[in-house]
Amino acid sequence: MSEPPFTEHYSALRDALPGQNLAWLSRRRESALADFSRQGLPTPRQESWKYTSLRPLEKVGFGVDGAPRACVSIDRAPSLLPAASEHHRLVFVDGHYRADLSSAGTLPDGAQFTTLREVMAKDPDWLERHLGTLSGEPASRESQPLLALNTAMMMNGFVLRLGEGVVLHDPIEVVHLGGAGDRPLAYHPRNLIVMAPRSQATLIEHYTHMGEQPYYTNSGTEVSLAEGAVLHHYKLQADALNAFHTATVHAEVAADALYDAFGMTTGAQLSRNEIAVRLAGEGANCHLNGAYLVRGKQHCDNTTRIDHLVPNTACSEVFKGVIDDEARAVFQGKITVHRDAQHTNGHQLSKVLLLSDRAEIDAKPELEIYADDVVCSHGATAGDLDHDALFYLRSRGIPEMAARSMLIEAFLAESVHNIAAQGICPALMSSIGHWLAGRREGL
Amino acid sequence: MLEIKNLHATVDGKEILKGINLSVKAGEVHAIMGPNGSGKSTLSYVLSGREGYEVTEGDVLFKGKNLLEMEPDERAGEGVFLAFQYPVEIPGVPNTTFLKEALNSVRRYRGEGELDAMQFVKLVRSKTKMLHMSDDMLKRAVNVGFSGGEKKRNEALQMAVLEPSLAILDETDSGLDIDALKTVADSVNLLRSPDNALLVITHYQRLLDYIVPDHVHVLAGGRIQKSGGKELALELEKSGYAEFAPGAAA
Repeated sequence: MSEPPFTEHYSALRDALPGQNLAWLSRRRESALADFSRQGLPTPRQESWKYTSLRPLEKVGFGVDGAPRACVSIDRAPSLLPAASEHHRLVFVDGHYRADLSSAGTLPDGAQFTTLREVMAKDPDWLERHLGTLSGEPASRESQPLLALNTAMMMNGFVLRLGEGVVLHDPIEVVHLGGAGDRPLAYHPRNLIVMAPRSQATLIEHYTHMGEQPYYTNSGTEVSLAEGAVLHHYKLQADALNAFHTATVHAEVAADALYDAFGMTTGAQLSRNEIAVRLAGEGANCHLNGAYLVRGKQHCDNTTRIDHLVPNTACSEVFKGVIDDEARAVFQGKITVHRDAQHTNGHQLSKVLLLSDRAEIDAKPELEIYADDVVCSHGATAGDLDHDALFYLRSRGIPEMAARSMLIEAFLAESVHNIAAQGICPALMSSIGHWLAGRREGL
Repeated sequence: MLEIKNLHATVDGKEILKGINLSVKAGEVHAIMGPNGSGKSTLSYVLSGREGYEVTEGDVLFKGKNLLEMEPDERAGEGVFLAFQYPVEIPGVPNTTFLKEALNSVRRYRGEGELDAMQFVKLVRSKTKMLHMSDDMLKRAVNVGFSGGEKKRNEALQMAVLEPSLAILDETDSGLDIDALKTVADSVNLLRSPDNALLVITHYQRLLDYIVPDHVHVLAGGRIQKSGGKELALELEKSGYAEFAPGAAA
């Protein structure tokens, strides 16, 4: 039997993998590799991968680079925050950290925002206690081959660690630039967020591209929020249209803590964002919101799973998508209310604009409720632009294409303006504008 | 300004307009009255270019150009404006963004320069002031959460900003109480000039107490059955549309 794709990368990378001096880490890598080799990439035979096939990944022939080797010269990395702000940010090119492009803002005492490699080198004991704890149970690992692949081959990523009561007033940013190499590359950023009670942060992840080469980003992120912690976690995935992007997030939310996530997708030929949240303490709350704009033959999958484990927890989920041409989107949202989780409040909504006859959405909302005193709702809609609104705009002189753009923008603007970090709204709105301009020009 | 000749139109294959003839000159106010289902709204949609309304025969010339060949936005550029019976709510689009986009689209069409943000704000403020409207309506999403009266005043504001040469008021009185009706009528009257014309489509005479027509036409069964001066509207108020019902003696 042949080895699953990507397993051969392990031997190619072996000497370059960080943390080889750490026995526990090597064991975890080996065990994750064994897991992955046994399972291979997920296939549509698996229930949660029914609508998304990773087959196209196998055709590219990705390689790996143990050391940074960007062929495109980069003197500045783009930011989603206003140019004037002096915020802390980490920049990665083809998965490798670039200190020269990164910038250090001032962080308060008790706050650490750095690379995974640095923490491996300086605080391995702490890392051992936290890395892989949210996703490492054998039972969940079985169904997480992408995370196993990530664990085996992770080279770097970011770590955010906040002490009790530490509040970051300014957003912090992680920028990933792909495609800068001389051949197709795959990399597996691994991120860790550990926030002590009542700490607060706003984190922005931005994925974009510089060069021409296809690339595959397979990230894994673990988020642990202690009592009363608040994390606003925003992501813009504007990867190249020949790129692939899979991201797995596991979040554990303690009492009175809030995990507030918003993700926007415009890039990649194939992407999957998979977020699993466990609301594990009373008063825990999560918002999982998203927006996506896809066209051509893009495929965009948002899969979420929220577990309400204890009483008095809440979640709200709104995903809005705009799908043009032959593009296809998937929304799978599972909310499980466990037996003890009385007084759960859960709301989920998927709304889609289909701009062409060949555009497709597969929406699969799922509520599993084992408690009897809960308020839960879900809904999924898909439709064309409102013809009455379109005629109204046109009757006022606005040409058809511009009128359509206005309505598409309005459809998504609500989601963008609802996010708490108003500072990044202009950047998100302009990426919507950029997409619409590309559509008008037939790009 | 507007010449409608033998206009026939169908909706879903059913003939609604069966040979309309109408001539409107600059400075005139024409009222089109008629019973429900006579084709009044169909006429307003055919003139403004709504999809689903198919012209099967006849011509419409607007300032000498063939109106029927134009897209809805081109008609607006030429100076046709439809005040909707039911203005559409557009969540997520601020009224001011909408007005600016509309005005600049029309100005581009007419070969005039676009207004920048400052110039636009100045212009729109002068219009709201003229119409005694509060600027607060500008910040809200287009017609979302507006009362019936506010929606119609918003139509008047759009008309004031776009300065059309022909405004078609489609059942503007519907859903308004008498005070709101007076306010909207006052706004429309402020916008009248010797260079523009109004086509007022209404079921009831009461709107015509406030927007006084030069000509009144009775539309029934897809044709104009009778034309006269403003006194015709008063007659109709007394006698109703019974004499124009299908099968009634002409």
